[in-house]
Amino acid sequence: MNKIWLIIQREYISRVKKKSFLVTTLLIPILMFGLIATMAYMAAKSEQKEAIAVIDESGVFINKMDTSSSSYTITYIADDTHENYTTLLEKNKCDILLHIYPFRNGLPDSVNIYKDGGVSLSAKEFISDDMNTIYQIKQMQDEGIDKDKIDSINNSSIRLKSFDLKNNQETSSEIATMIGYVTGFLIYLVILIYGMGVMRGVMEEKTNRIAEVIISSVRPFQLMMGKIVGIALVGLTQFLLWLILTGSLQFLLPLFIPELRQAMHPSSAADMDAMSKVPTSELAGIFNSLSNQHWSLILSCFLFYFLGGYFLYAAMFAAVGSLVNEDQQEAQQMTIPITMPIILGFFIMTSAIKDPNSTLAIFGSMFPLTSPIVMMARIPYGVPAWQIAISMLLLVAGFVLMTWLSAKIYRTGILMYGKKASWKEVIKWMRYR
Amino acid sequence: MLDVQHLKKQYATQKAVDDISLSVKKGSIFGLLGPNGAGKSSLLRMITGITLPDAGTIRLHGEPFDLIKHSPLIGYMPEERGLYKKMKVGEQALYLGQLKGLSKIDTLRNIKYWFDKLDMQSWKNKKVEDLSKGMSQKLQFVITILHDPALLILDEPFSGLDPVNSAVIKDEIYALAQKGTTIIFSTHRMEQVEEICREIALVNKGKLILHGSVAAIKEDFKQNMFQLEVDQAIQGYEKNIIAQEGHHYTLRFENNEEATNLLSYCLAQQLKIKTYSEILPSLNDIFIRLVEGDNGGVRQFDSN
Repeated sequence: MNKIWLIIQREYISRVKKKSFLVTTLLIPILMFGLIATMAYMAAKSEQKEAIAVIDESGVFINKMDTSSSSYTITYIADDTHENYTTLLEKNKCDILLHIYPFRNGLPDSVNIYKDGGVSLSAKEFISDDMNTIYQIKQMQDEGIDKDKIDSINNSSIRLKSFDLKNNQETSSEIATMIGYVTGFLIYLVILIYGMGVMRGVMEEKTNRIAEVIISSVRPFQLMMGKIVGIALVGLTQFLLWLILTGSLQFLLPLFIPELRQAMHPSSAADMDAMSKVPTSELAGIFNSLSNQHWSLILSCFLFYFLGGYFLYAAMFAAVGSLVNEDQQEAQQMTIPITMPIILGFFIMTSAIKDPNSTLAIFGSMFPLTSPIVMMARIPYGVPAWQIAISMLLLVAGFVLMTWLSAKIYRTGILMYGKKASWKEVIKWMRYR
Repeated sequence: MLDVQHLKKQYATQKAVDDISLSVKKGSIFGLLGPNGAGKSSLLRMITGITLPDAGTIRLHGEPFDLIKHSPLIGYMPEERGLYKKMKVGEQALYLGQLKGLSKIDTLRNIKYWFDKLDMQSWKNKKVEDLSKGMSQKLQFVITILHDPALLILDEPFSGLDPVNSAVIKDEIYALAQKGTTIIFSTHRMEQVEEICREIALVNKGKLILHGSVAAIKEDFKQNMFQLEVDQAIQGYEKNIIAQEGHHYTLRFENNEEATNLLSYCLAQQLKIKTYSEILPSLNDIFIRLVEGDNGGVRQFDSN
């Protein structure tokens, strides 16, 4: 026990001390932060308004168009002089010209939009939506419906709420999708990145021939497990640091981009107007649903499947690492049988998010090689306790079995130099005492 | 100290070690000889507990071998040297010493002792990849003896070492044996064995062909060859002369008695004898003779 602890320590410290660890640990949050910041900055910048000049010959739309938009301003102009459109736009310092012709038989004869270099889709959409609304109101008014009534009709909408019968709580499938996807994806990444790390570590020990020195002091199993546990701790450390770093950088974001301050704090006065358009109950619903998620269940399951999945695959990666000689290409080839189920798990996960109770999703969340990834996609939707229990039991059993088999392969493989072992031989090694 | 009985180990297609029995006395320097691929390393790996034998027993101090219990007693330097390339020399020595069950303080103390003794203090903060091949050999040796093992197993300890460092390591091996450390080392270079070992075992194709003290083996394999240097030609010994260079003869006799007779003859003839000595076979000769008599000594792969 003391020796395995020494091995864990060495694996952990030698990795954490590496410059590459420091670089990735610092760089990834900074890159992510940079990406978010750039995106936010672009979004903030693009709020530069386009000016729309409106020539309304019908008289239906004048002074009625939506001026609350954050992207467009509206100017009404008269077309007395019949100048050409370009001169008109320049004269009025506008970007887009909207020409509405007089009505004929209750419909505008034609409505045209002009712009240098073509009209963007969003501008066209904005104008068409706005005009339709105004036109519908006009028609309703023509039918003799009260303006107040029309307003109240317009502001009414149906909001769907979904409930989980068993827990008697409101649920949100959007949130569930998000949580499922993020956690499943994280586990997928962890298995691949750190599993490969284990494999490289084993290969290093084998090609350096240090394995032989160490195995004369400790059992091969101790060396293998020490490495797996040590790298798991490195992974956990890195995650923790990423969490802390991204968390703290998030707070810095508004300092760099003042425009974002409004967006991030919607309560500020300037945006009150825009905010009021979003029914507050919807926002509250999202927050409500976030807090309604069974966080303790999700977190404990995440930790369980995170570690279970990692340990299951790390043992297999270690076995493969022990089979490989110096050849990198060979390593890539030999990892295929391991990476296939991981990728399969990822695909099942994406479908499980859409349909968490399909047969495929249930199977995927039970089968130990895919369950760490797939189960996380199902948990936010609520999974019967017996299914979680079976899945966890199978994962533990799979882990024990895989580690046992891997240790046997590892024990022989790590001392085999030179020739490439065939799968037939490897199966024979598993039967060794 | 070490007693090995009927040890067998089979790899996929070949018997690496085929029924080998030998014993090594405490404090002796034991040479394990054999051509490349004879099964030396496989045998040593079983003795160090790295691999398990298919059959047979290994006893250490009379007890059945147990890795956890006996690992601290054994120092093993494999043929293929192995160290973490990116790790600093000092840290590496500390780690491997502790893995052998030494406390941190003891490991540090022993590191200091050996590094001082072999003039390696300045290496401590260097990475292993920065050391030359000879330097890392020396480091590997020090790491192997760091925990003061009772049984030191060295697989080809001098390969890759320059004469100066070879001599340093050789001296240390003698000194350790003097203090009671049992040393087994394997090599295919006979002159080293002849120089260092008192006892040897010769393996070929997984089988033990020879086992005993160097002097006894030489005695067994001597061919009653003598060299004689005198001031005049000798008469009547034509059938015994193998080579002649002036009055310098190499002769072979049927037995020792005939050799003694030659001496009487020389004295009777009043020849002036400059040298008269028995030519004992070198281990190299014995080795080649035994191995070559056995299918040229190269392990043949089974056809299936």
